[in-house]
Parts: sequence; C-alpha cells; structure tokens
Amino acid sequence: MTLLEFARGPAINAALVIFVFGVIWRLFWLLFLPRAADHSVAKLGAGAAVSSAAGGFVRHMWPPREYAARTRFSLIVGYVLHFGLAIIVFGFAQHILFIRDIFGIGWPGLPTGVITVVSVITLAALIAALVRRMTNPVLKMISTFADYWAWFVVTLPVVTGLMAVSHLLLRYEDMLGVHILSVALMLATFPFSKLMHAFLVFVTRSQTSFFYSRRGSHV
Amino acid sequence: MNKPIDAAAASKVILSQTEQHLVGYMEACLHCGMCAEACHFYEVTGDPKYTPAYKLFPMARAYKRERSPLSWFGLTRKVTEEELKEWEELIFDSCTMCGRCTTICPMGIDIASIVGQARKAFAAAGLGPEDLQAAAENSRDHGSPLGLSPEKLMDRVEWLEDDFETEMPMDKAKADILLTVSSIEAMKYPDSIVAMAKIMNTAGADWTFSSKGYESTNFGYLAGRPDIAKLMVTRIVEAAEAVGAKTVVIPECGHAYGVMRWSGANILGRPLPFEVLHITEYIAKLVRDGTLKMKPFTDAITYHDPCQVSRRGGATQDARDILAGFATDFREMDPTGELNWCCGGGGGVQAMARAADLRHKVFQLKIDQTEATGTKKLVSACANCRMTMDESKDALHWDGELISLIELVADALVVGDEDGDGDE
Repeated sequence: MTLLEFARGPAINAALVIFVFGVIWRLFWLLFLPRAADHSVAKLGAGAAVSSAAGGFVRHMWPPREYAARTRFSLIVGYVLHFGLAIIVFGFAQHILFIRDIFGIGWPGLPTGVITVVSVITLAALIAALVRRMTNPVLKMISTFADYWAWFVVTLPVVTGLMAVSHLLLRYEDMLGVHILSVALMLATFPFSKLMHAFLVFVTRSQTSFFYSRRGSHV
Repeated sequence: MNKPIDAAAASKVILSQTEQHLVGYMEACLHCGMCAEACHFYEVTGDPKYTPAYKLFPMARAYKRERSPLSWFGLTRKVTEEELKEWEELIFDSCTMCGRCTTICPMGIDIASIVGQARKAFAAAGLGPEDLQAAAENSRDHGSPLGLSPEKLMDRVEWLEDDFETEMPMDKAKADILLTVSSIEAMKYPDSIVAMAKIMNTAGADWTFSSKGYESTNFGYLAGRPDIAKLMVTRIVEAAEAVGAKTVVIPECGHAYGVMRWSGANILGRPLPFEVLHITEYIAKLVRDGTLKMKPFTDAITYHDPCQVSRRGGATQDARDILAGFATDFREMDPTGELNWCCGGGGGVQAMARAADLRHKVFQLKIDQTEATGTKKLVSACANCRMTMDESKDALHWDGELISLIELVADALVVGDEDGDGDE
C-alpha cells in the first residue's frame, strides 16, 4: 500500500468517522446537559426565541461601530481566512470530486489559478494570525496549546495542498498523500479542539441573544 | 493574616454549575482577545491580565479537568490555591459584571454570567475582598450593607417626612406598590428617597415602604454568597406578599434591579408574584401616559447608562423617554446606551477599598465622555454609580456635577396647576 493509498483509504475514512461521531457526541453531550429553569418574566414585547436567537447570531458577525478601529486587524484576518478556507474546500475541483465521492453531489469548481491565489492569501492570513498571537500582549497571555494546535492543523493542509499543486519537495503522489493525511489529522482532532467553534458558535450566540432579548436588550 | 484557601471547595462549586449555557461558553472561547477592547479596566490600564477571557481561566480549567468530555485524557491539571489567590483580584476587583465584553465577542459569550458564578466558587474557597464579604454579612445580620437596620430606616423616613414635608407611608397594611431603597441612598443621598416619594405621591400611587423588606441591594449575590442572596430576595418578596403589592419598585441602583428583576425568581426557585420595575421604568410609564408633567430643564446635560439597567436590564429607552419630556438640552455621550462604559464600581467593586485607584482610572473615561458633549453635568439613575463617580470626582479633582435622574424629575414636577414645589 502506497502512502497515497493509505491516506485516501483507511486514514481519511477513519478520520471522517471520528469527525462525524465526535462532533455529534460533543454536541449531544452539551445539549443534554441540565438547563437551569428561568422563572423570570420576559419583558413585554421581547422577541420570540427563534427570531431573537437568529437576530443575535447575525449581530455578532460584526462588532458595533464603536469597536471598528480596535478590531480591524482581527476582523480582516478572521474573515479572510474563513472565507479563504471555504473557497479552497468547496471551490477546488479535486475537493469537489472528493465530496461527490462521499455525498454524491457536486458543483462546478473554480479555476486552479484562482484557488492557488486564494490559498496563498489564506496562508498569509494564517501567518498573520499566528504572528499576532505570539506578539500581541493580550493574545500572548491568553493563548494555550489548544490555540496553537488549532492553528497548526488548519495551516498544515493549506501548506501541503499548495506544495502538492506546485510539485514542491516530494513527488506529486507522495505530497498528495501527505496533504490528505494532514486533512485527516485536522478532521480527527476537530471535535476535540478549538475548531469545534464552527458548531458551537450557533449554540453560544443564540443562547446569549435569547438571554438578552428576554430582557429587552440587543446584545 | 492569610486565610486558608480551599481549592477543592471552589472546584466543587464550579462543577455544580455545569448548566448547558455556562459549559457552552467555556467550551467556545476562541481566545481571540477581542473582549479586552471592550473592558474598561483594560482600556484604562493596558494591562493584559484584565482581558475578560483570561478571568475565566480557573473555571475553564476546573471544568475541563473534571467534567469535559475530554477529561479522561487527564491532560488538564488541577486549579491550585495559588492560582485562585492570583485570580481573586480579576474575579472581584476588576470585573463589574457590566457585560460590555459580550457586545464585542464573536462567539457571543456572556462572560459576566460566568464571573457571577465564579464568585460563588471563590467565596466557597474562602476568597473575596473582606469588605465585600462584610457588606454581605451586614446585610444578613443588620438588614443592609451600610447598617440601615429597620429601626434606622423608620427613623430616617420620619425625619425626611418632617424635613421635606413629604408623606412617606411605612408598613401600610395593604398597598399596590412596595417601594424599596438602597442603603446608599438612605445613608448618603437621602434626597433621592424624598424624590421617589414626591413622584409616587404626585402620581397618586398607593404605595408603602416596609420595615420587613426594604433593602434592594443584594451584596449576597455580588459577594458570591447564595445563602445571603436568597435571604435578601426573600425579605422583599415576603414584604411584598404581606402588603399584597402588585409591583415592587427598585430605586436608582443597577445591580439591585438586575438581581431582583432577572435573578430574583431563580434565586427563590419560583416566579415572583409581582412585577419588578426600576424607578426609571416606573417613571417612564407615568410620563408616557401623561400622569407626570415636568417643567422644562434647560441646562445642558448628558446621561450615564447604569450597565444593569440598560445593557443588561433592557431599560435603556426609559431614561430617554423621561428626559425627552422636560430636558431641553439633553446630549447623548459616545458610546452610550447598551454600549456605555461602566462607571467602574458596579458588581460590588465600589465596596472594595483596595480597588479605589482602579475605579478612579475608569472614571477618567466618564469625564472624557461627558466633556466631549460640551457639558459638565452628568445625570445617572444608579446610586452606586453616583457614589463611585462622586469618590472618583473628588480623587481626580473634576469640577463637573453628578445629578440623580429622579431628583431632577422631582425638582421639575408640575403638581396640579402649581409649579412643582409641592409634593401633594
């Protein structure tokens, strides 16, 4: 079995199983924790649970104008890397083929040149995020191993993907195998890492918005 | 003298509070650090230790070690006595639970909620500023944090009634409204109590004070002492039930309002049998329905939103509705409303002597905000904010003026065809 066969076969399959069951397990575990009953009476005119949760979810996508100057770097880097990763994962023709193999659905891909440019920009945003985390006094103080691990497992597939496409360092097949293994590493550790924020964001933003909406506040 | 610190007791309390929303919050923090930009303590010091997310580290660690789905990996070490001691300042002295950090958090984490729960854990471990704990114990033993016993309240009310010729019913058998006080007002700003009475009387309200339940501040809640928090809520609830009150009005005190309005029923474990209104909500209703009329107040003023009334209380508009009725030169500060900067003394920080220097630094923010509006008259609707700002005003030698909103209203009241000088 070659490295590529191993990566495409047992490695990525096992990682996908861990990812799916891990995410479900963690979400179920959280959602079935006890909920404290709220005996307080909501303010007259407070929005319905669903609409207030949805409104808050959208509101927290962008901080209020007051914070614009203070959060510019984090926002730009954050949005560039999130959109960049989404474009790479869902816009690259080979990735779409991979998705079609699993789910049976696909869509037209973007030109490889576009994906390469997006990947380089995304990598630059990831590096900027890391440099800031290591140099900004606030981020230095609050960063833990989990933060650096999340950065590492996201950055590795971007780097190895770019290297595979550019035929750098190893034979294409071997670098593709390394790339798929890096994706497997990301998927297998996803449910147990900070990357779970991709799912938890729906939980926390919604519950906070509901909490404040009952009070007649728009936080 | 160093008190023994019981880290195991702290962990036990943290682990007893693993409700869904708190766990979700602790799991979801990205450590992006944006919350620092919204915290007044970080703003005025630039010290990264005041980053709100950092304040939660001991709670997150205790939870991850014992309760998280990944705890069986055994990767997280215990919370130590030394860490709890180090974090005490961050949980008590430098968090007013104002909730501003939530407005910037991309995950929408309500850090103030976690700090509120964390205080219980720290108190269980034997931590927490001694003066804050003493305020809570005074409330339990003497009825109020500042020694306002039932007898003192009755004396004071009698004196105020005589001095200001304003009727202030005490211990009526039945009344629609139970009016509460904060001992800060009773001991330091008695004019506020007179103002509330004048407004109630002018509105023709059927109201009373009760010597059984009068103290609206809840230092049990702020000090992390749930037994005292429950006792303080119970006193007011029982007093309200005894007089058959349909409404309990909380005076100018943000946390008193927040605790009774939003946590009172949960502390008690059952719905409250009455409506809870902050005094600004009550007055705003009277202004909106035309019951109260005021003479124009023409001086330029700006308004400081008490965090627990506006951002965390949802009553932001009420103060504006009141001011719109008579303040002809009201100027909003920037930021304002739900994004206001805290006074620096909420969450019991006002009661901590050792936090005074930090509070004074925060007040510089309010000075700058106020003066940017072109006035030096700062109105608010919280006696705790007022006392915090009063002390800082002196410490910083600011020549501006702090004004109570209800005193402003009471002074401008139009009574019948008169000009508002009377009270009946």
